Amino acid sequence: MTGLDLAFAATGLITAAAGAIAVTTRQVVHSALWLVVALLGLAGCYLVLGAELVALVQVLVYVGAVVVLVIVALMLTRAPIGPRAEHSTSRGHRALAALVGAGTGGLVAAVLLPTAARVEVRPGGTAELGRQIFSTWVWPFELLSLLLLAALVGAFAVSGLTGEQAGEQPAKGEARP
Amino acid sequence: MIHAAGPYLLASVLVGLGLYGILARRNAVLVLVGTELLIAGGSLLLVTAGALGRDEVWAGQVLALFVITIAAAEVVIALAVVVAAYRRRGSIDLAEDAL
Repeated sequence: MTGLDLAFAATGLITAAAGAIAVTTRQVVHSALWLVVALLGLAGCYLVLGAELVALVQVLVYVGAVVVLVIVALMLTRAPIGPRAEHSTSRGHRALAALVGAGTGGLVAAVLLPTAARVEVRPGGTAELGRQIFSTWVWPFELLSLLLLAALVGAFAVSGLTGEQAGEQPAKGEARP
Repeated sequence: MIHAAGPYLLASVLVGLGLYGILARRNAVLVLVGTELLIAGGSLLLVTAGALGRDEVWAGQVLALFVITIAAAEVVIALAVVVAAYRRRGSIDLAEDAL
Protein backbone atom coordinates (compact mmCIF):
# COMPACT_ATOMS: atom_id res chain seq x y z
CA MET A 1 0.00 0.00 0.00
CA THR A 2 1.86 3.05 -1.23
CA GLY A 3 0.97 6.72 -0.96
CA LEU A 4 -0.40 6.72 -4.49
CA ASP A 5 -2.71 3.82 -3.61
CA LEU A 6 -4.02 5.71 -0.60
CA ALA A 7 -4.52 8.91 -2.62
CA PHE A 8 -6.36 7.03 -5.34
CA ALA A 9 -8.52 5.22 -2.78
CA ALA A 10 -9.53 8.55 -1.22
CA THR A 11 -10.41 10.30 -4.50
CA GLY A 12 -12.03 7.13 -5.86
CA LEU A 13 -14.26 6.76 -2.78
CA ILE A 14 -15.37 10.40 -3.10
CA THR A 15 -16.12 9.85 -6.81
CA ALA A 16 -18.05 6.61 -6.32
CA ALA A 17 -20.06 7.92 -3.34
CA ALA A 18 -20.97 11.19 -5.07
CA GLY A 19 -21.90 9.33 -8.25
CA ALA A 20 -24.13 6.96 -6.28
CA ILE A 21 -25.92 9.90 -4.63
CA ALA A 22 -26.23 11.68 -7.99
CA VAL A 23 -28.12 8.79 -9.58
CA THR A 24 -30.30 7.94 -6.57
CA THR A 25 -31.33 11.28 -4.99
CA ARG A 26 -34.97 12.31 -5.32
CA GLN A 27 -34.18 16.02 -5.69
CA VAL A 28 -33.34 16.81 -9.31
CA VAL A 29 -31.16 19.87 -8.64
CA HIS A 30 -29.17 17.97 -6.00
CA SER A 31 -28.47 15.30 -8.62
CA ALA A 32 -26.73 17.87 -10.85
CA LEU A 33 -24.79 19.29 -7.89
CA TRP A 34 -23.60 15.86 -6.73
CA LEU A 35 -22.44 15.27 -10.30
CA VAL A 36 -20.08 18.23 -9.76
CA VAL A 37 -18.56 16.48 -6.72
CA ALA A 38 -18.20 13.21 -8.65
CA LEU A 39 -16.48 14.92 -11.59
CA LEU A 40 -14.13 16.88 -9.30
CA GLY A 41 -13.23 13.61 -7.56
CA LEU A 42 -12.54 12.07 -10.96
CA ALA A 43 -10.24 15.01 -11.77
CA GLY A 44 -8.39 14.14 -8.54
CA CYS A 45 -8.05 10.54 -9.78
CA TYR A 46 -6.56 11.82 -13.05
CA LEU A 47 -4.04 13.88 -11.04
CA VAL A 48 -3.02 10.78 -9.07
CA LEU A 49 -2.52 8.93 -12.37
CA GLY A 50 -0.21 11.71 -13.62
CA ALA A 51 -2.58 13.22 -16.21
CA GLU A 52 -2.58 16.89 -15.18
CA LEU A 53 -3.85 18.26 -18.49
CA VAL A 54 -6.79 15.82 -18.59
CA ALA A 55 -7.65 16.76 -14.99
CA LEU A 56 -7.62 20.49 -15.82
CA VAL A 57 -9.69 20.01 -18.98
CA GLN A 58 -12.11 17.86 -17.00
CA VAL A 59 -12.61 20.66 -14.45
CA LEU A 60 -12.91 23.34 -17.14
CA VAL A 61 -15.21 21.52 -19.56
CA TYR A 62 -17.29 19.29 -17.30
CA VAL A 63 -17.61 21.26 -14.08
CA GLY A 64 -17.42 24.64 -15.79
CA ALA A 65 -19.58 24.06 -18.85
CA VAL A 66 -21.48 20.77 -18.91
CA VAL A 67 -22.91 20.93 -15.38
CA VAL A 68 -23.88 24.59 -15.87
CA LEU A 69 -25.71 23.55 -19.06
CA VAL A 70 -27.49 20.75 -17.16
CA ILE A 71 -28.61 23.17 -14.44
CA VAL A 72 -29.81 25.71 -17.03
CA ALA A 73 -31.79 22.93 -18.76
CA LEU A 74 -33.33 21.97 -15.41
CA MET A 75 -34.37 25.61 -14.95
CA LEU A 76 -35.79 25.88 -18.49
CA THR A 77 -37.86 22.72 -18.01
CA ARG A 78 -39.14 23.97 -14.62
CA ALA A 79 -37.70 21.14 -12.57
CA PRO A 80 -39.45 20.81 -9.21
CA ILE A 81 -37.47 21.91 -6.14
CA GLY A 82 -37.69 19.41 -3.31
CA PRO A 83 -38.41 15.68 -3.30
CA ARG A 84 -41.24 14.68 -5.62
CA ALA A 85 -42.49 11.12 -5.36
CA GLU A 86 -44.87 11.14 -8.32
CA HIS A 87 -42.05 11.59 -10.84
CA SER A 88 -39.93 8.70 -9.59
CA THR A 89 -39.98 5.24 -11.07
CA SER A 90 -41.60 2.25 -9.38
CA ARG A 91 -39.70 0.02 -6.98
CA GLY A 92 -39.62 -2.90 -9.43
CA HIS A 93 -38.30 -0.65 -12.20
CA ARG A 94 -35.49 0.58 -9.95
CA ALA A 95 -34.63 -2.96 -8.81
CA LEU A 96 -34.41 -4.12 -12.43
CA ALA A 97 -32.23 -1.10 -13.32
CA ALA A 98 -29.97 -1.82 -10.32
CA LEU A 99 -29.69 -5.45 -11.46
CA VAL A 100 -28.66 -4.44 -15.00
CA GLY A 101 -26.24 -1.80 -13.68
CA ALA A 102 -24.63 -4.16 -11.17
CA GLY A 103 -24.43 -6.92 -13.78
CA THR A 104 -22.71 -4.72 -16.35
CA GLY A 105 -20.37 -3.18 -13.78
CA GLY A 106 -19.54 -6.64 -12.45
CA LEU A 107 -18.88 -7.89 -15.97
CA VAL A 108 -16.47 -5.01 -16.66
CA ALA A 109 -14.73 -5.63 -13.33
CA ALA A 110 -14.52 -9.38 -14.02
CA VAL A 111 -12.81 -8.72 -17.36
CA LEU A 112 -10.40 -6.05 -16.04
CA LEU A 113 -9.42 -7.21 -12.55
CA PRO A 114 -7.53 -10.41 -13.53
CA THR A 115 -5.16 -8.26 -15.62
CA ALA A 116 -4.43 -5.86 -12.72
CA ALA A 117 -0.88 -5.77 -11.39
CA ARG A 118 1.34 -3.47 -9.38
CA VAL A 119 2.97 -1.13 -11.91
CA GLU A 120 4.92 2.10 -12.07
CA VAL A 121 2.93 5.26 -12.85
CA ARG A 122 4.41 7.25 -15.69
CA PRO A 123 5.21 10.79 -14.50
CA GLY A 124 3.15 13.51 -16.13
CA GLY A 125 4.62 15.51 -18.97
CA THR A 126 2.44 18.22 -20.44
CA ALA A 127 5.14 19.34 -22.88
CA GLU A 128 5.43 15.88 -24.42
CA LEU A 129 1.61 15.51 -24.43
CA GLY A 130 1.26 18.80 -26.34
CA ARG A 131 3.93 17.69 -28.82
CA GLN A 132 2.04 14.44 -29.42
CA ILE A 133 -1.32 16.22 -29.89
CA PHE A 134 0.13 18.50 -32.55
CA SER A 135 2.14 15.82 -34.35
CA THR A 136 0.64 12.33 -34.13
CA TRP A 137 -2.94 13.38 -33.34
CA VAL A 138 -3.18 16.64 -35.26
CA TRP A 139 -5.82 15.54 -37.80
CA PRO A 140 -8.26 14.08 -35.25
CA PHE A 141 -7.65 17.23 -33.18
CA GLU A 142 -8.57 19.49 -36.10
CA LEU A 143 -11.64 17.37 -36.85
CA LEU A 144 -12.84 18.07 -33.29
CA SER A 145 -13.27 21.74 -34.19
CA LEU A 146 -15.59 20.72 -37.05
CA LEU A 147 -17.50 18.52 -34.59
CA LEU A 148 -17.95 21.45 -32.18
CA LEU A 149 -19.13 23.68 -35.04
CA ALA A 150 -21.62 21.00 -36.11
CA ALA A 151 -22.84 20.70 -32.50
CA LEU A 152 -23.34 24.47 -32.29
CA VAL A 153 -25.32 24.63 -35.54
CA GLY A 154 -27.26 21.49 -34.61
CA ALA A 155 -28.21 22.88 -31.20
CA PHE A 156 -29.59 26.03 -32.83
CA ALA A 157 -31.49 24.02 -35.44
CA VAL A 158 -32.99 21.58 -32.94
CA SER A 159 -33.96 24.13 -30.29
CA GLY A 160 -36.17 26.01 -32.77
CA LEU A 161 -34.44 29.37 -32.49
CA THR A 162 -34.01 29.61 -36.26
CA GLY A 163 -35.37 32.48 -38.32
CA GLU A 164 -38.63 31.01 -39.72
CA GLN A 165 -40.07 29.82 -36.42
CA ALA A 166 -39.01 32.96 -34.59
CA GLY A 167 -40.84 34.89 -37.31
CA GLU A 168 -43.94 32.68 -37.08
CA GLN A 169 -44.53 32.98 -33.37
CA PRO A 170 -45.00 36.78 -33.19
CA ALA A 171 -47.29 36.55 -36.22
CA LYS A 172 -49.59 34.15 -34.34
CA GLY A 173 -49.53 36.43 -31.30
CA GLU A 174 -50.53 39.40 -33.44
CA ALA A 175 -53.36 37.51 -35.11
CA ARG A 176 -54.95 36.52 -31.80
CA PRO A 177 -56.20 39.94 -30.60
CA MET B 1 3.97 2.25 -7.75
CA ILE B 2 0.22 1.82 -7.81
CA HIS B 3 -1.95 -1.28 -8.02
CA ALA B 4 -4.09 -1.17 -11.17
CA ALA B 5 -7.03 -2.79 -9.37
CA GLY B 6 -8.10 0.58 -7.90
CA PRO B 7 -8.67 2.41 -11.21
CA TYR B 8 -10.23 -0.69 -12.79
CA LEU B 9 -12.65 -1.09 -9.87
CA LEU B 10 -13.61 2.60 -9.93
CA ALA B 11 -14.20 2.50 -13.71
CA SER B 12 -16.51 -0.52 -13.40
CA VAL B 13 -18.37 1.11 -10.49
CA LEU B 14 -18.88 4.27 -12.58
CA VAL B 15 -20.14 2.22 -15.53
CA GLY B 16 -22.62 0.40 -13.29
CA LEU B 17 -23.83 3.61 -11.64
CA GLY B 18 -24.19 5.37 -14.98
CA LEU B 19 -26.23 2.53 -16.44
CA TYR B 20 -28.46 2.51 -13.35
CA GLY B 21 -28.93 6.28 -13.69
CA ILE B 22 -29.92 5.95 -17.35
CA LEU B 23 -32.41 3.15 -16.70
CA ALA B 24 -33.98 4.28 -13.42
CA ARG B 25 -34.71 7.96 -14.15
CA ARG B 26 -37.84 9.45 -15.69
CA ASN B 27 -36.62 13.04 -16.00
CA ALA B 28 -34.80 13.36 -19.35
CA VAL B 29 -32.16 15.74 -17.96
CA LEU B 30 -31.32 13.26 -15.18
CA VAL B 31 -30.81 10.52 -17.77
CA LEU B 32 -27.98 12.72 -19.07
CA VAL B 33 -26.39 12.72 -15.59
CA GLY B 34 -26.19 8.93 -15.85
CA THR B 35 -24.68 9.24 -19.33
CA GLU B 36 -21.98 11.55 -17.98
CA LEU B 37 -21.02 8.99 -15.32
CA LEU B 38 -20.88 6.23 -17.96
CA ILE B 39 -18.58 8.35 -20.17
CA ALA B 40 -16.47 9.24 -17.12
CA GLY B 41 -15.89 5.52 -16.48
CA GLY B 42 -14.72 5.09 -20.07
CA SER B 43 -12.28 7.98 -20.00
CA LEU B 44 -10.90 6.85 -16.63
CA LEU B 45 -10.06 3.52 -18.28
CA LEU B 46 -8.33 5.36 -21.15
CA VAL B 47 -6.20 7.43 -18.76
CA THR B 48 -5.37 4.34 -16.69
CA ALA B 49 -4.29 2.39 -19.75
CA GLY B 50 -2.11 5.31 -20.83
CA ALA B 51 -0.51 5.85 -17.42
CA LEU B 52 0.20 2.24 -16.50
CA GLY B 53 1.20 0.64 -19.79
CA ARG B 54 3.68 1.33 -22.55
CA ASP B 55 2.17 4.21 -24.51
CA GLU B 56 4.66 5.95 -26.80
CA VAL B 57 2.20 8.30 -28.55
CA TRP B 58 0.30 9.17 -25.32
CA ALA B 59 -2.86 7.70 -26.82
CA GLY B 60 -4.57 7.24 -23.44
CA GLN B 61 -4.48 10.87 -22.38
CA VAL B 62 -5.08 12.30 -25.86
CA LEU B 63 -8.10 10.04 -26.42
CA ALA B 64 -9.44 10.98 -22.97
CA LEU B 65 -9.26 14.65 -24.03
CA PHE B 66 -11.11 13.77 -27.25
CA VAL B 67 -13.78 11.88 -25.30
CA ILE B 68 -14.31 14.90 -23.01
CA THR B 69 -14.77 17.18 -26.04
CA ILE B 70 -17.14 14.78 -27.81
CA ALA B 71 -19.15 14.38 -24.58
CA ALA B 72 -19.49 18.17 -24.35
CA ALA B 73 -20.85 18.31 -27.93
CA GLU B 74 -23.20 15.41 -27.15
CA VAL B 75 -24.57 17.17 -24.06
CA VAL B 76 -25.25 20.36 -26.04
CA ILE B 77 -27.31 18.49 -28.66
CA ALA B 78 -29.11 16.35 -26.06
CA LEU B 79 -30.12 19.36 -23.97
CA ALA B 80 -31.34 21.18 -27.09
CA VAL B 81 -33.54 18.15 -27.87
CA VAL B 82 -34.81 18.07 -24.28
CA VAL B 83 -35.68 21.78 -24.28
CA ALA B 84 -37.39 21.47 -27.68
CA ALA B 85 -39.40 18.47 -26.43
CA TYR B 86 -40.40 20.41 -23.32
CA ARG B 87 -41.66 23.32 -25.43
CA ARG B 88 -43.68 20.99 -27.66
CA ARG B 89 -45.09 18.58 -25.07
CA GLY B 90 -44.96 20.59 -21.86
CA SER B 91 -43.17 17.82 -19.98
CA ILE B 92 -39.93 15.84 -20.12
CA ASP B 93 -41.26 12.79 -18.31
CA LEU B 94 -39.90 9.83 -20.28
CA ALA B 95 -42.47 7.37 -18.86
CA GLU B 96 -45.48 9.56 -19.71
CA ASP B 97 -46.44 7.70 -22.88
CA ALA B 98 -46.10 4.34 -21.18
CA LEU B 99 -48.71 5.14 -18.54
